[in-house]
Amino acid sequence: MDAVNLRTPLYDTHVALGGRMVPFGGWDMPVQYPEGILAEVRAVRTGAGIFDVSHMGRVYISGPSATDFLDWALTGSASTLAAGRARYCLICNARGGVIDDTIFYKLAEEQYLLIPNAGNRPRVLDWFGQVIAQRFGDGQSLGWLTGNGDAGVTLDDQTMQTCLLACQGPEALGLAASLADNGLEGLRPFAWTATRMCGAEVLVGRTGYTGEDGVEVLAPAAAASGIWQALTDAGAVPCGLGARDVLRTEAGLPLHGHELDESTTPVEAKLERFVDYDKEFVGRDALVKQHHDGTGFTLVGLQMPGRSAPRATYALTVLGQPAGQVTSGCYSPTLDTSLGMGYVFPEYSRPGTVLELDKRGLIEEITVTALPHYRRPRRSKSSQPS
Amino acid sequence: MSSPSDRSYTREHEWIIVEDASTSRALVGITHFAQDQLGDIVYFELPKVGDSVSQLGKMGEVESVKAVSDLYSPVSGEVVEVNSALTDQPELTNSDPFGEGWLIRVTMSDPSELDALMSSEEYDAYVAEQH
Repeated sequence: MDAVNLRTPLYDTHVALGGRMVPFGGWDMPVQYPEGILAEVRAVRTGAGIFDVSHMGRVYISGPSATDFLDWALTGSASTLAAGRARYCLICNARGGVIDDTIFYKLAEEQYLLIPNAGNRPRVLDWFGQVIAQRFGDGQSLGWLTGNGDAGVTLDDQTMQTCLLACQGPEALGLAASLADNGLEGLRPFAWTATRMCGAEVLVGRTGYTGEDGVEVLAPAAAASGIWQALTDAGAVPCGLGARDVLRTEAGLPLHGHELDESTTPVEAKLERFVDYDKEFVGRDALVKQHHDGTGFTLVGLQMPGRSAPRATYALTVLGQPAGQVTSGCYSPTLDTSLGMGYVFPEYSRPGTVLELDKRGLIEEITVTALPHYRRPRRSKSSQPS
Repeated sequence: MSSPSDRSYTREHEWIIVEDASTSRALVGITHFAQDQLGDIVYFELPKVGDSVSQLGKMGEVESVKAVSDLYSPVSGEVVEVNSALTDQPELTNSDPFGEGWLIRVTMSDPSELDALMSSEEYDAYVAEQH
């Protein structure tokens, strides 16, 4: 291991809490704290958990062509996104393969904040630089490091200057609101607001990656430990990557590198609801063709009784013949069953279809299910039209 | 945390304690270090009573929330009992790896195999060296 991993502003906090640090996407991140993954998952499903997600990128995109650029580079529309709102979508290559999945926030006219995955940040910046140069620039300059102002689009990577904390769970919004100067109670899903927390100017979005209600807080790096401390003092339980992976798998949320990669499309991943075909964008032709012609395989949910989990790369078969492959899986403490996701040939994608799972040489039955596995209960107080 | 000195250890983080030298009965489990590294244990795949195990041969698997790991037998012999409590409470091995969280009871076929294993001091030094 030659490369030195990056550290978030909360690295020392994690170590002091007894967090077990592991490499992830080029960063040293806590996979769990001493209470363990099961307790952390429970905290998020029943109360509130707090995650350091500062390893994910913060890329500011601005300039007179910023909206045009994002409309072209993303599957989701920037031009129909109102300031104060955020949107989940994909970044596709020309073949429709997923370079990354992302949430982007419209801050103001021609000003956006985009969150790439940790390990994909260099790739996304490089790709955006190419797209800008080819479509909006002179076709040669690839100056993403210094921005690309000549092309009307400036990329400003603020990942190392800022932090991102996710407070998730049924009590998360109220807990964050108790620390914020104003305005979180009325915050709608996929909306964001600027406020102050612990004396720092922050951006709070009602977004997350756990299938639970909650917020993500963007703050200056220097404010990270103060906000973390305040949220944990208020009752949020520190949670690591292990719990995050279980929570997102229960919620059927894809993880790039597992359900998504540059040779897998949003059509195959059943993510077309995040694709706006009413505009032109990179990869659209390939996706339209696949939408009409059908796909070679399709993403499904998988469940099997017991606690022994289907795991990524396990083969799925029917009468011993290839039927697909598991991409993610775990024991689900919330549903007390084993579950996961995987790609199967379309003829095996109907919920209820029973497949064989090759569990390290042991063949067991596993059932295709609809996603998500877990949907949070509606709470009248906080329920919102989505 | 130092490991109990009354037993022997493998490099794969299993322990074995001889309960009755006259019948070559011994109890097998995994160490505190192993359970700590695994995190929350959710499932054991263990051999059945009557199965033969061989020294440092794979005898089963342990699944934590995070991952699957192989389990290796510290000695050769025959499985005479499996800790049935682990079926419903695999977390016993997290909370009490050297006691209630034991895995299997074996009849050793060659007790001299124990000489190839580590003492608690050796094991603790081995773990310290690794981390």
